[in-house]
Amino acid sequence: MIHKSAAEMAKALTNGETSSVELTQLHLDRIAAVDGDVKAFLHVDTQGALDQARSVDERRKSGEKLSPLAGIPLALKDVLAQKDVPTTAGSKILQGWLPPYDSTVVSKLKDAGIVIMGKTNMDEFAMGSSTENSGYGPTFNPWDLTRTPGGSSGGSAAAVSSFEAPLAIGSDTGGSIRQPAALTGIVGVRPTYGAVSRFGLIAYSSSLDQAGPFGRTVLDTALLHEAMAGHDPKDATSINAPVPAVVHAAKSGDVKGMKIGVIKQLQGEGYQKGVQARFDESLQVLASLGAEIVEVDCPSFEYALAAYYLIAPSECSSNLARFDAMRYGLRVGDKDGASAEAVMSATRDAGFGREVKRRIILGTYALSSGYYDAYYGSAQKIRTLIIEDYAKAFAKADVLVSPTAPTTAYKIGEKVDDPMAMYLGDVATIPVNLAGICGMSLPAGLADEDNLPVGFQIMAPAMQDQRLYQAGAALEAALLTKWGAPILSQAPALKGA
Amino acid sequence: MALPTYDEVIAKWDPVLGLEVHVELNTKSKMFCSCATEFGAAPNTQTCPVCLALPGALPVVNKKAIESTILIGLALNCKIAPYSRFARKNYFYPDMPKNFQISQYDEPICFDGYVDVEIETDEGLKQFRIEVERVHMEEDTGKSLHVGGATGRIHGADYSLLDYNRAGIPLVEIVTKIVPGTGKYAPEVAKAYVAELRDILRGLKVSDVKMEQGSLRCDANVSLKPIGSDVLGTRSETKNVNSLRSVERAIRGEMIRHAELLNEGKKVKQETRHFQEDTGLTRSGRSKEQAEDYRYFPDPDLVPVTPATIWIEELRATLPERPSLRRKRIKEEWNVPDKEMAAMINADVLDIVEATVLLGADPTKARTWWLGEISRIANDQNIAITDLAITPKDVAELVALVASGELTDKLARQVVEGVIAGEGTPSEVVAQRGIKVVNDDGALMAAIEKVCAEQAETAEKVRGGHLPAAGALIGAVMKETKGQADAARVRELLLGHLGQAN
Repeated sequence: MIHKSAAEMAKALTNGETSSVELTQLHLDRIAAVDGDVKAFLHVDTQGALDQARSVDERRKSGEKLSPLAGIPLALKDVLAQKDVPTTAGSKILQGWLPPYDSTVVSKLKDAGIVIMGKTNMDEFAMGSSTENSGYGPTFNPWDLTRTPGGSSGGSAAAVSSFEAPLAIGSDTGGSIRQPAALTGIVGVRPTYGAVSRFGLIAYSSSLDQAGPFGRTVLDTALLHEAMAGHDPKDATSINAPVPAVVHAAKSGDVKGMKIGVIKQLQGEGYQKGVQARFDESLQVLASLGAEIVEVDCPSFEYALAAYYLIAPSECSSNLARFDAMRYGLRVGDKDGASAEAVMSATRDAGFGREVKRRIILGTYALSSGYYDAYYGSAQKIRTLIIEDYAKAFAKADVLVSPTAPTTAYKIGEKVDDPMAMYLGDVATIPVNLAGICGMSLPAGLADEDNLPVGFQIMAPAMQDQRLYQAGAALEAALLTKWGAPILSQAPALKGA
Repeated sequence: MALPTYDEVIAKWDPVLGLEVHVELNTKSKMFCSCATEFGAAPNTQTCPVCLALPGALPVVNKKAIESTILIGLALNCKIAPYSRFARKNYFYPDMPKNFQISQYDEPICFDGYVDVEIETDEGLKQFRIEVERVHMEEDTGKSLHVGGATGRIHGADYSLLDYNRAGIPLVEIVTKIVPGTGKYAPEVAKAYVAELRDILRGLKVSDVKMEQGSLRCDANVSLKPIGSDVLGTRSETKNVNSLRSVERAIRGEMIRHAELLNEGKKVKQETRHFQEDTGLTRSGRSKEQAEDYRYFPDPDLVPVTPATIWIEELRATLPERPSLRRKRIKEEWNVPDKEMAAMINADVLDIVEATVLLGADPTKARTWWLGEISRIANDQNIAITDLAITPKDVAELVALVASGELTDKLARQVVEGVIAGEGTPSEVVAQRGIKVVNDDGALMAAIEKVCAEQAETAEKVRGGHLPAAGALIGAVMKETKGQADAARVRELLLGHLGQAN
């Protein structure tokens, strides 16, 4: 049962073949069996999950009409506040904090009857691409436990790819959903900025952050996307418009006559051979399905990484100022009449990890008087140029495509001491965030040289998220026919399973 | 060396002012969340994830606060920006939950306005124009209470308590351009400006404008330059100026302090100073020599403020009469002498008197009641006149009762006491206390006859034409009728009875 898609599980629930309690227990058992090796979860809320499952089962029994994913278990990235459930954003500075409120995403999941099994590991405050920056140790890639699952939503991606959960929620500030989806062989979508409420999403970079869904199929991902998206008056940047018809698009996947733009700057040099090969192959598949492949030029993308690493740290230097030991979380050095300032300083020194400190310092510097125009100001200009590049490209194509990440999953520890190498892994995903548009990563097969998953990225204009699913579903179906079985069936079995 | 006198200061130095006024808006909810804003609630009871800056919480702008700010801008003759943004002002302080304040930086919502004030000078009434540089929105911080230690300041305190009820209350900051050319009148001009602002804001109903509760706070920047010089001196910024009188005192005090330093060849330090209500002096706060870097940047959690022109014009159409014009109109319409007008403004009764007049009362009568008997009671009880349990409606009714002869002035004073004591409306007090003018001539005549019989000797004097003697008899009749008779009628009937009617 746990190897089925969420849509199939939902059908089994509707038909009475299983119950949510049974389904949830199966997944909790799977977590107990394999998570010692994968370490996808920071906290498993066994009792809360089973209570929620029982409540959904009762509602179903009483004949209540339930939403499509009611009773399906899910893994939640620890960046989203869930009432009375430990929420740390992967940081020691929030160890033991119990939110007194639900994030809007969590409220929507609860309203939809989706069972939240626990909180997943992540790079501290979503700063990182490998989950190695978690204050609680790394998560391991189920395809090869010596490798990283990507990040920052590595815990959520690993949970889905190891069948610990059929669905998961991540957040994507520079690629933190799409890149781990690519590295673990699953589907991940970063919705349009403003499509999913950020209320209760612990902020890293407010103008770039966006929560989104993970699934093992395009349809599952669409079902979750529809459940979590929608306007929220509690988020001033939330878009007041209907949720794009993503489920409909995922069911009717079709690229006949669709113009698909290949971004010149996001392929070739710097991309692993096997990654490029699977990408090219997927393009041929799309062409064979009737899509028209065109090449588009986005010259400003060259500066995207630099702009990102000024804007995101700038915003985070301010967003993370609230972690000061005064009202919640860790408190260090509060003795012998220490001043508030000394306690704040000691707490932040002890509670934040190296990468977080690096970015706070970087951002503080970039916003300083005398440097603001050269750094933060210039980065905003590049952002405008990237938006213009996209506008021109989307005038020529319905969707744009690229490999999601330049490489397959790398070894744990391989890049921790070389931040630039780590940052380069996000070169293809970051432009989407800077422009506030939407993107999907879906499996394109395994790289020949290492037999590890490769991700295919699709991008669409703001609030045209349905195009991702329309193209993604078509490619997924054609590749499945070609492979004969889902990509995850080729993953090695986990110990204890 | 002794402090220079004020006259010595102004003989040599020319003051330049800059005033920053913070106004707490009286919106029902806070600037960026739906928490209540009532003053005086138990600590930390008016808080939520947003104003406590819990992880993940987001601000959403209170539209009413924007509306109030635009109204203020319009009332101060400002231009309204079609596009403005909120910025984050970053610095760490325990009473600021996010460790940044949401404010406006280089894009204020209102800019380039002015306020005219009039003050009495040696050459008579003179008008000064105070130019307003900007009016912008920001959020208030929480409050720190430092416990232990002698001064109540953070240094030397044993521990500090934090109350976040005030955190996130909408504030409007009104900043003047530099105000030169006020000379020796600088303290009075500043006071008149803050008073005018207060009246404008009160008229707009956007703030409680209570300086003593901190809903209107003034920071006064003062510098001196030699008379005739174009070069500005170094300024000090005095905070905690919590009454109109303090504005005047603080500026006068700072002018003297600056002059003393400059006369001795010392430098004025650019710093924040705190006004001491008891001594009228200021003491040094934190030095501003090392400019803090607040790392302002546009708040990415909020969207730009883009008020539609049509909305601005709708708001402009609702602007109330300007306080200075209103005072002028009232003075003319009611024919109020200068001194009385000044007394009304000073006692802050213009609004209630006007409300009473609008209910039909004679302006002079209404003014006399509020400025006289009712003010006296307010002073005795040491509370604001508006907090007494007597309303313009009560006073209008009272004036009507006196005019119709149902009450005498003396009886009416008893009624006022009754109304203030919570006994009900004037009519109810009259009914309950059994107060009424005895105007039954039969009853009066009986009393007169009784008194004349008792004081036959005095009555004879009156009968003989010695009219001053009538006073004693009238007094006795009034006593007999327990003060409820109309003294004029008693006199008339008495003189008639004793053959002295004219």
